[in-house]
Amino acid sequence: MSHQLSNRGRVWFTGLTGAATAMPGDPDSVQTADGRLGEESARFLCVVPNPNARFPCARQGEVGLEEAYTLAARVREAMDEDKDSSKRPIVAIVDVKSQAYGRREETAAIYLAAAAAANAYADARLAGHPVISLVVGHAISGGFLTHGYQANRILALDDEGVMIHAMHKEAAARITRRSVEELDKLGTTIAPLSYNIKDYAKLGLLHKLLHVEDPEKPSMEEIQRVQTELIAAIFDARSKPVDLRSRLESKEALEMRKASILVRAKMEAQWREG
Amino acid sequence: MSNFQGVDFVRRRSFIELDARARAKALLDEGSDRELLGPFERIESPWLAQQGVTPQSDDGCVVMKGMIDGAAAVVVALEGAFQGGSMGEVSGTKMVAALDLAAKDCESGKQMSAILLLETGGVRLQEANLGLAVVAEIFASVLRLRRHSPVITVIAGTVGCFGGMSLTAAASSYVVMTPEARLGLNGPEVIEQESGLEEFEASDRALVWAIHGGTQRYAMGLADVLVDDDVAQVSRTVRDCVGKGPRTEHRSEQVALYRERIAKLDASQQINPVSLRTAWAEATGGREQ
Amino acid sequence: MEKLEFEFPAKRTISQRARAGVVGSNDLEVLLEPLEGDHALVTVLTSVDGFRDQWSAVLERFFSTYDGATRIHINDAGATPGIVLLRLRQAVEVSET
Repeated sequence: MSHQLSNRGRVWFTGLTGAATAMPGDPDSVQTADGRLGEESARFLCVVPNPNARFPCARQGEVGLEEAYTLAARVREAMDEDKDSSKRPIVAIVDVKSQAYGRREETAAIYLAAAAAANAYADARLAGHPVISLVVGHAISGGFLTHGYQANRILALDDEGVMIHAMHKEAAARITRRSVEELDKLGTTIAPLSYNIKDYAKLGLLHKLLHVEDPEKPSMEEIQRVQTELIAAIFDARSKPVDLRSRLESKEALEMRKASILVRAKMEAQWREG
Repeated sequence: MSNFQGVDFVRRRSFIELDARARAKALLDEGSDRELLGPFERIESPWLAQQGVTPQSDDGCVVMKGMIDGAAAVVVALEGAFQGGSMGEVSGTKMVAALDLAAKDCESGKQMSAILLLETGGVRLQEANLGLAVVAEIFASVLRLRRHSPVITVIAGTVGCFGGMSLTAAASSYVVMTPEARLGLNGPEVIEQESGLEEFEASDRALVWAIHGGTQRYAMGLADVLVDDDVAQVSRTVRDCVGKGPRTEHRSEQVALYRERIAKLDASQQINPVSLRTAWAEATGGREQ
Repeated sequence: MEKLEFEFPAKRTISQRARAGVVGSNDLEVLLEPLEGDHALVTVLTSVDGFRDQWSAVLERFFSTYDGATRIHINDAGATPGIVLLRLRQAVEVSET
């Protein structure tokens, strides 16, 4: 099933911030707003479909050149403003089809744009801003690396339309020369391959899976509940180290990432020898 | 001196033809190399065999500690010939672990540069979400290390550096490329597949290198050095970069500059790559060909 | 995916372990290590099933001129007998340098 133009990002962005626009000067594909989360102000960012985007390959919710640099700029702006005060949380609302696949993008070095956004999120995290990702739809490959994967904590809605993966099913099927049905079947026994968010949760990378009746139409109560979860994740992020170690220390990771844990332990032991 | 160039040419040894292990060794001071988690330990992918794919003893990633001109360094080399150099749980974690241990050394007052030999198509699809996760972790670890010590990315070819690992190249302190090498987020086949033949004809090799090739990236100011496919030259270039020390500002931090450059692009048609060489070359006077 | 095991008589002590090849398409890697005793043990992990006899023949041929008491592991992705022999001999060469 291909990803139709999705409205989820917009729905959750508006639901959580009350706002519905890009900041002045920004492309319509990047919504940024400072909204209330508990006792403090948090910066929310979301990439949404923009049929009027300047770049033809970035009109359906892909993270393209403008999107990536805008995200980077708005994250760094929050960092600069909070330089000498308390570090506001930064919340990435994620529903991205993918990175933009275009010749203009490759020519103009979209890989650097993606890195600029990821770098900004990571620097914010290292500077003490709790960075939280809320995956409400798709979080695929370069799109997620750019917008969301450098967070302290990742939360996702527990829904069939929520998918975190390295490549869309049809493309992955083509490249690995399998049918989509075969891929689905593989995913049931090999968790890292699964397109099901419940299986992703087994990998230990997710902080929490949140149940919402209809992610396309959340109720007021559900939005408040998600806000509470965001606040809890923020508190958790503030009370622990700012690196990504929680991804390897979760109870699920101890089970599913044994090889990673072994590699790290052995490398540390051998580093000092000789 | 007149014979010097002739002798030099005969002695030229291809860096591209070396496998990952030999490339790593070639960059370190003679006799100083020590491989960690080597092939005989058989720390292989736990995911491949069950999918009918033969694993490799080192999972396609070689970690080698040693000296470069007497300074402590670690080389992490990806084997492009194994699964396209793609990142799996083990190969990726070997890279993260090496970067983190280097950072720890630096944070406790020692010195440790990292050289990443990136020959990779990105995430290994047979490990999908673990591959993607580890690519994100590698990026984070580069950011941690580069503030103390140079992280030098070398892309020599023939696989090039694509997918999620291109972000790591962008975040590096220095990028070294050969003309044969390529650097981009999406390879030509992927663009053709996702956006059609009109958008990108993957079989047009001239087009591919005009956009992704080392000469182009260097001329755009995105690579620091363009080096011939020659072991001695690559080695000398890496030494020079190590000697330069950490950078104070990295390309991936120059948001305002690049945002402005993108704003100036006429997106109504394809962009002539050559025009970006002039437009984007460093303010200090452009790039020599 | 198949795991095959073979044993051959072999008397000569070898001192240095060695590795050759790469697990590329239609290629293989060979890991060769010294082994106590007077035999050689070979394990083959291959993604191409049903060629036990051919592996046996190639290894017979290899051990007809090599007598190192070794543990040899092969990760194979569909190499021809010619390539298998090549990689085995490359590994031997490295182990005897």
